Amino acid sequence: MTNPLKDVLNSKVILVTGTNTTSNHPIIANYIHEAVTKHGAKLLVVDPRRIKLVDICHTWLRPRVGTNVAWINGLMHVIISENLQAQSYIDERTTGFEELKKCVAKYSPDYVAKITGIPEKDLIAAARLYATETPGSILYAMGITQHTSGTNNVKSLASLSMLCGNVGVAGGGVNPLRGQNNVQGACDMGGLPNVFTGYQTVTDEAVREKFAKAWNVATLPDRVGMTVTEMTAAGGEAIKALYIMGENPMLSDADIHHVEKNLQALDFMVVQDIFLTETARLADVVLPSTCFAEKEGTFTNTERKVLRVRKAVNAPGEALEDYRIISAIARQMGYAMEYADASEIMAEINRLTPSYGGITYERLEQGGVVWPCPTLEHPGTPILHINKFARGEGVFFPIEYQPSAELPDDEYPFVLTTGRVYEHYHTGTMSRKGSALNRLYPEALAEINVEDARNLDVADGEYVNIVSRRGSLKIKAAVSDITDRGVAFVPFHFYESAVNKLTNSALDPVSKIPELKICAVKIEKAA
Amino acid sequence: MNTIQLTIDGREIAAKEGDTVLQAARSAGIRIPTLCYHERLNPIASCGMCYVEIGGYSEPVQSCATPVAPGMDVVTQSEVLTDMRKESLQRLLLHHPLDCPICDKAGECRLQDLVFEYGIHADELQPPAKPREVVYATSLIKYWPDRCVLCLRCVTACKEVKGVCALGVAETEGRRHLEFYPERCVSCGECLQLCPVGALTENLSPTKGRAFLVNKVPTTCTYCGCGCQMELSVLDNRVVDVKGKDDAGVNQASLCVKGRFGYEFISSDQRLTKPLVKKDGEFQEVDWDQAIRVVARRFNQVKKEHGADAIGGFSSARCTNEDNYLFQKFMRAVIGTNNVDHCARL
Repeated sequence: MTNPLKDVLNSKVILVTGTNTTSNHPIIANYIHEAVTKHGAKLLVVDPRRIKLVDICHTWLRPRVGTNVAWINGLMHVIISENLQAQSYIDERTTGFEELKKCVAKYSPDYVAKITGIPEKDLIAAARLYATETPGSILYAMGITQHTSGTNNVKSLASLSMLCGNVGVAGGGVNPLRGQNNVQGACDMGGLPNVFTGYQTVTDEAVREKFAKAWNVATLPDRVGMTVTEMTAAGGEAIKALYIMGENPMLSDADIHHVEKNLQALDFMVVQDIFLTETARLADVVLPSTCFAEKEGTFTNTERKVLRVRKAVNAPGEALEDYRIISAIARQMGYAMEYADASEIMAEINRLTPSYGGITYERLEQGGVVWPCPTLEHPGTPILHINKFARGEGVFFPIEYQPSAELPDDEYPFVLTTGRVYEHYHTGTMSRKGSALNRLYPEALAEINVEDARNLDVADGEYVNIVSRRGSLKIKAAVSDITDRGVAFVPFHFYESAVNKLTNSALDPVSKIPELKICAVKIEKAA
Repeated sequence: MNTIQLTIDGREIAAKEGDTVLQAARSAGIRIPTLCYHERLNPIASCGMCYVEIGGYSEPVQSCATPVAPGMDVVTQSEVLTDMRKESLQRLLLHHPLDCPICDKAGECRLQDLVFEYGIHADELQPPAKPREVVYATSLIKYWPDRCVLCLRCVTACKEVKGVCALGVAETEGRRHLEFYPERCVSCGECLQLCPVGALTENLSPTKGRAFLVNKVPTTCTYCGCGCQMELSVLDNRVVDVKGKDDAGVNQASLCVKGRFGYEFISSDQRLTKPLVKKDGEFQEVDWDQAIRVVARRFNQVKKEHGADAIGGFSSARCTNEDNYLFQKFMRAVIGTNNVDHCARL
């Protein structure tokens, strides 16, 4: 996030898109609720599903799944044609406005309505609302990114925000809500194929030299590595061995029949986890590790705030902290890797990572610190891009709408979209182990629209077969008006109803995110 | 923001315009007893504890619901006020069972603390003649109607903080009590967190620990990316309770159903406890030395036969920064590849 999560309390308008915030980031939904009900902020929801926040919104746009660039360009078209853009901000801080203007010229409300299904007058009202009530915050999540156009969707939202002068101000910003406790930190720490910690690139020789020296090795690899999705796809071919720590691609990846085949083709796979997950079952070696309550460390939350994690209980049996297991393997392979505790590792991170330079354990005792924080004296940076963008000028990217990789047709007439429910988390490895959350949401349900259910002769609670080109699933239907006609939503937490057997593994060309949010399916009443 | 000058207990205080007398006093470090008041909620003014005297006013007022005004002269401690607070406490306690020994909340009960502070005696009280049944508010929360003092913190928080409105007040046989709308409830436990007495209790952990006997460990939630601050209550190496941590920064003590009730996995008997190595398609338990040797040997072998780039590593958005840092260091410095990524895309 460019801005703190509580910053929506300073917003006059909040645009929420591709995030079912109430279910997946409930605490941020609290603040949205407070902003609307106590501070009079206007809420603009753009989502194909009738999510809970629609109840308190000012305007709800319901685009067809996968048409994000079209409606965002449509909003920008209206804003520019009515001259509502923040011209002085654009002149002072950005570049590429003329190109953007040219690009969005054809995205008239009429044209956008044909692509997205959003009525013209609603699009115009939403554009006026977002442009005239400032500051305006944009919140988004995987509903924006898990598309073959994911990167373009994000760039388009950034353009919309800059167009109205909303980046770098309190109550504004472009704010991705990150879905896992430490997904921000895993990125910050260089758990990515192209960068070391703090986004220092592996292709930069000076950076490689710095790390090689600190790590006491002669050289470090200079070629950008493969992403998770690429490594899985290359299993058994270019990739012969995998070391998987705390991940369960056998439920979370797209098209898992294919994933399973590739993982089984590996020469060797080691999985390090707290449970014997669906992925761990396929491993050659399984290493027992500790959960958050059994170790010291830090997580970095979605607003870039580094927060302490503390040991509360002893690990079960012989389970060890992940960092101790990694160190043991390294030592066995002849590399001296030894840390007395997690704070020693953080000290090394501090030395090698400018944005984490001042974030020490001692300091974290007083509370979380938001990076960039280069020195001990630095207060941290809750809002990014104040006065000036980190890269200099903010760039408007002219982006054309492109349809999703797999659209409904005569044989597969429905759209399938996936996500999470409030009561469960990711692949259910943790949330399905106890009784509490299972009491509330015991089994996978497929949300189907009332009219579709009537046409299919399916009643609420009856089973349907959902079939895609890649697999099929028998699942109980939950009939409601949450999804639109022609759209089904299925959560991916449930191994016994693994919806990712059906999803499409087509990737965004830049981010390599699979198009988990849309594929074509047929739905029939189950016998 | 304009400041307003007033006097509290003879001290000159500068308060923010729009603040209440209670907020002004608290900011100046002057304590006024409260029970129903909560910083995050609009004033409820149900408990009658925060009375103060203000010069020129005919009778004491509730400081939580009285805005500051220039030149106000406020007194927070007097015989009259003490008597009023005692009366309020007696009213709250009139039908409240003195079941502290079996109450989850004993030791961290606001009512218990105030009764002790004001020296109310048991002979002044009337325990309920006809005890009411303990019911389930949800499958995870029990409601003890006799213990409830109807301070309405829970009702107010459910409406104002969560926008859920799953709680209301009803009357049966002349006695008021909470009413639940389970179809609206999201089991976030905000009501549980804010209940100042033992009227709402968690119905999950088989083991209960007294507030003063458990070890409370502050930490960060392990579910979504909000980073909620929480406190794990630990008894005999087991997490028995999770509470939101009262910090201004991230979650302001709120949690969701996963953060508050999703802790059972920690002590699940399905946890992995020994390294496993697959032999002839079956996992066999081995010791750490053996497991580490197998992993190192196989990685070396693949590296030798196919090169470092034939090995890939998935680090994890579930693990700490320190774990992730070491993982990519291992892949880059020890294996010698940049094939390291994690589940950010999924």
